[in-house]
Amino acid sequence: MRASLKRLFRKIEEINGRYREPRIEMSLAVKVALQFLRFYLLFLVCLIAYKFILLLN
Amino acid sequence: MNVFSKLYYKLRKMWKAIQLYLVIAGPGIVVMVADNDAGGITTYAATGAKYGYHLIWFLLLLIPAAYYVQEMTVRLGAVTKRGLAEAIFDGFGATWGWYALIDLMLVNWLTLVTEFIGMTAALHIFGVPPWLTVTGVVLLMAIIVLNGRYWTWEKIALLFCALNLIYIPAAFMIHPSVSDIVKDGLIPNFPGGFNGQLFFFLMANIGTTIAPWMLFFQQSAVVDKGMQEKDIPWGKFDTLLGSALTVVVAIFIVIVTGTTLNGTDIESAGRAAEHLMQTDRYVGTFMAIGLFDAGLLGAICISLASSWAFGEIFGWAHSLNQNIKQAPWFYASYFFALITAGLVVLIPGAPLVLITLFVQVIAVTLLPAVLVFLILLLNDRHTMGDYCNSGWQNLIGGFIVATIVVLSSLYGISVMFPNLFV
Repeated sequence: MRASLKRLFRKIEEINGRYREPRIEMSLAVKVALQFLRFYLLFLVCLIAYKFILLLN
Repeated sequence: MNVFSKLYYKLRKMWKAIQLYLVIAGPGIVVMVADNDAGGITTYAATGAKYGYHLIWFLLLLIPAAYYVQEMTVRLGAVTKRGLAEAIFDGFGATWGWYALIDLMLVNWLTLVTEFIGMTAALHIFGVPPWLTVTGVVLLMAIIVLNGRYWTWEKIALLFCALNLIYIPAAFMIHPSVSDIVKDGLIPNFPGGFNGQLFFFLMANIGTTIAPWMLFFQQSAVVDKGMQEKDIPWGKFDTLLGSALTVVVAIFIVIVTGTTLNGTDIESAGRAAEHLMQTDRYVGTFMAIGLFDAGLLGAICISLASSWAFGEIFGWAHSLNQNIKQAPWFYASYFFALITAGLVVLIPGAPLVLITLFVQVIAVTLLPAVLVFLILLLNDRHTMGDYCNSGWQNLIGGFIVATIVVLSSLYGISVMFPNLFV
């Protein structure tokens, strides 16, 4: 079990290393689009958390 | 004689084109027809029951929307020879990649649960217990995927796609008024005015027509099939045909429920089939068979989309052309998702309604991001070369993507806060 987990983490590290740098050219449009996505996802996460709190109450 | 020889030559040329298309056909049709999954059937059935034929014009608008989004995956897959998960990792780095992959796993697994809900509900009408449906489906899917050939899998999937057309004879059997369909359905209108409930139905129809798994599935299928750049025009045609087919089936479902259940609120396609059984036994039976087929087709494609994506990133062998010994992790992840999703449906008192709603919310956290990634990747001239998005494609695709992002987000939010638009 421990060996399997170790192998899995090694694999994840390898994947992270392989894709460390984004290959796509970071033009202004790409940067703006990715920044928009970050805000959008943050907004959704906040909304889901709010709904979760409402459900708990 | 000259006329006959010309005609013969033209027919021969056309037959060759059809033969060539039949070789390339598959991913586009399968993904688009599988899009009419159990959740989709429920949405269309509820739309018809609630608004009759009045929203048929809106469904027609979904043909170009679905086509423009999905054809981008054909080009990306044929040019890069890699699936969408790998393309996102490579293009945007590991952080965005993991987010897309994990979100895809979650939303796909939850959608798989909804497919099993649909299939068990459909066969329950014929007295088949849920445990038997789940076992039978898992066994059937094992037989389909374990043959070790993509080609065989695809042709079997196409057979199930053909069964999805069962709603067409069902619609003819209830003798709907063609003049009413044309008068009410083809002229854009908002029945009862543009209110919150109508807006919810419009959003639900968009949400069910374009789902995140479809993008991942079609691109991986294009790669697994071995499509090349030269095959792109046929791949596009395949996608266009699939888009039209999926909407045609949706329209016939709307006609069935719009004719027989007009003005009623139905909460699931299974319930619609039960109602129809009381009015016309054969139409109800067709509806139930169609629902089962839709769930099965959805399950076949969704579980594959996950396994392909995982295989691409973890570097496992991940092709249907490889057998279980050659690609053990690919098939293990496939069956793990399938069996666990099936088991959830068998748990007494499992929150199935909550899961069905939760799918819409989680899908919204993935779909806009993946669509934005897709547009950006298609604009990467370095990778895409001549197949890069043109200005027009960006304009049309961008508009469609922006509309889908806004409406699907509002749909997800309205599922969380049902009173927001009422």
